[in-house]
Amino acid sequence: MLFKEYDPHKEKMLQVMDNDGKIINPDWKPDISDELALESYKLMQFERTADTMTVSYQRQGRMFTYPPNIGQEAIHAGFGKQIRKQDWLVPAFRELGMMLLKGAKLSDIFLYWGGYEDGSLFSGAPNLLPISVPIASQLIHGIGLGYAAKLKKEDSVIFAVVGDGGTSEGDFHEALNIGGVWKVPVVFLVQNNRYAISVPVEMQTAAKSLAIKSCAYGIPGLQVDGNDFFACYRAAQDAVAHCRSGKGPVLIEAMTYRKGAHTTSDDPSLYRTQKEEEEWELKDPVKRLRNYLIAQGLWKESDDEPLLASYKEEVEKEFAVYENYGPYKLDDVFQYQFKDMPEDLRQQQVAYEKFLNWREAKK
Amino acid sequence: MNMKVMNMVQAITDAHDIKLADDPDVLTFGEDVGVEGGVFRVTSGLQKKYGAERVFDTPLAESGIIGAAVGMCAAGLRPIVEIQFSGFVYPGFNQIVSHVARMRNRSRGKYGSQMVIRMPYGGNIKALEHHSESMEAIFAHTPGLKVVIPSTPYDAKGLFIASVESDDPVIFMEPKRIYRAIKQEVPEEKYSIPLGKAKVLTEGTDLTIVSYGAMIRETQRAMVMAKEAGISVELVDLRSIYPIDKETVVQSIKKTGRLLVVNEEPSSCGVAAELIAIANEEAFLSLEAPPTRLTGFDAIPPLPKGEHFYFHDAFRIFYEIKKVVEY
Repeated sequence: MLFKEYDPHKEKMLQVMDNDGKIINPDWKPDISDELALESYKLMQFERTADTMTVSYQRQGRMFTYPPNIGQEAIHAGFGKQIRKQDWLVPAFRELGMMLLKGAKLSDIFLYWGGYEDGSLFSGAPNLLPISVPIASQLIHGIGLGYAAKLKKEDSVIFAVVGDGGTSEGDFHEALNIGGVWKVPVVFLVQNNRYAISVPVEMQTAAKSLAIKSCAYGIPGLQVDGNDFFACYRAAQDAVAHCRSGKGPVLIEAMTYRKGAHTTSDDPSLYRTQKEEEEWELKDPVKRLRNYLIAQGLWKESDDEPLLASYKEEVEKEFAVYENYGPYKLDDVFQYQFKDMPEDLRQQQVAYEKFLNWREAKK
Repeated sequence: MNMKVMNMVQAITDAHDIKLADDPDVLTFGEDVGVEGGVFRVTSGLQKKYGAERVFDTPLAESGIIGAAVGMCAAGLRPIVEIQFSGFVYPGFNQIVSHVARMRNRSRGKYGSQMVIRMPYGGNIKALEHHSESMEAIFAHTPGLKVVIPSTPYDAKGLFIASVESDDPVIFMEPKRIYRAIKQEVPEEKYSIPLGKAKVLTEGTDLTIVSYGAMIRETQRAMVMAKEAGISVELVDLRSIYPIDKETVVQSIKKTGRLLVVNEEPSSCGVAAELIAIANEEAFLSLEAPPTRLTGFDAIPPLPKGEHFYFHDAFRIFYEIKKVVEY
């Protein structure tokens, strides 16, 4: 029904609350408890705290290149809250909140961006694929997971995530096309944050939206306000219901704004205006949900301070796990290349150990 | 000649500038190439100067970028395309292997692929996954492609101009680790360095080291240690992986009797293996030690915390020098 009402041809975006957190579209407001709304707000605040602190760790030389999520928290909470244990998350690399909800620890994320492959292990987080850097390539893995779920008659939904730039890759087309043919239970989630590094989404496509691309693959599509937690939650809910009913994949385009840089190596002032940044500031997802909660009497502005202080402490603790992780071992380079290490590769490691001994002796 | 101090990024920008001014058929495009001037700023300022028709941003689509260049070549243009990191070239690999490298042969010389495909490559810069690889061998292994890797700003400019002027496709791999690390006086005027020619950087008598890209600088550091140990190294900068300059390499090996190849690629079936084959085929009777190689491992380059194991420093190179000389 939602997909009919918001058929991409109608060029409408699903929005439930306005910039001030006022409910303007009660028909589509998801039926969720106050506790869940509050929990989601807290998650968004946690994600933002973690992100802000990580960027500052990077500036202090304590972290390598990092891609901040700031501005995209409502998508992560709205969709992340729908992911059950048996569901899969196939991330790109800017889905921190979703990964945390899937069971990744913040310390895993620090380990990964901090230069340890061990950060991709995600012990305690089943059905979470590693971060995928090659743009859009991971979407096709979602198809395979979906096929396996169908074959094994498992009730799993696959959340495969990509950015706006990724929709230009051939792999995006192949994923949606095959997904439509195979009718696999995949939610293709496009986080349209307006920029692929410096290139604006208007230069990625001549289509009126990214959601409308769904039509060509014979699957439902929907454009949702990605800075509106309720709208994201609702879109995710209906997308999951569609997938679970056996009707195949859906494409959701979540409209948002990358408030930070592409990564800490990027300088957005080269390609976007302060005016545009200020306009988007008015739509900030965290502020919107907070305004809603305050209006409902569920939160007070003064509640933020102790919350953020406790999150700051928590992030520091997680960062300490990373900083105290210990030295990277030579084995870490070799041991996971193969299940059964070829002899020649083992010899390469042995030869290097000999060099290390020689060097040690020279000191 | 007017000389100007430049780093490698500036030298390549300058080469673009000269060719864009000099030939209306030259154009350049890729992801973030236009407005931003490239993530490494290699095309910085060029869109302002030459307009968005000749210097522009593309959608995020490597196959599209390279495939479009194939069509442009058939129409007589001379495209320079940027792949943001060599690790992201693979969506475009089909176009490179199936069309770029084959068009001249397939069309019996009617159409060529007079394009340059630029890409930063190589590691030890504390980068993410897919940002550190040295996969030059897969291009050199593909019939129909030229593969060029500069090691200095001076060479980068001259080789780049020759690459743009080449009527055959050139994979131009830029060692990002030394993009800004070396500054050098570079002529402001146009000059080109012929492709397929290696350069003897230092003459020596005990051992030939063939290297290229960022490993030249590390090798030069190791040569200081070698000199202290009384070992005289002849250093050859290969500069062109394909076509490969057998003559210069063989001449040097015949003189020193020993070969060590130093690069960052995975070990098996690589450029180093090719050089060792050349030594065996062309200089066998002059050899006093087995020709040998110091490459990366047959392993994915580690993330930043482990990259010191993979990428060579002067000690690692010196250790191999000693092994070859003491054989």
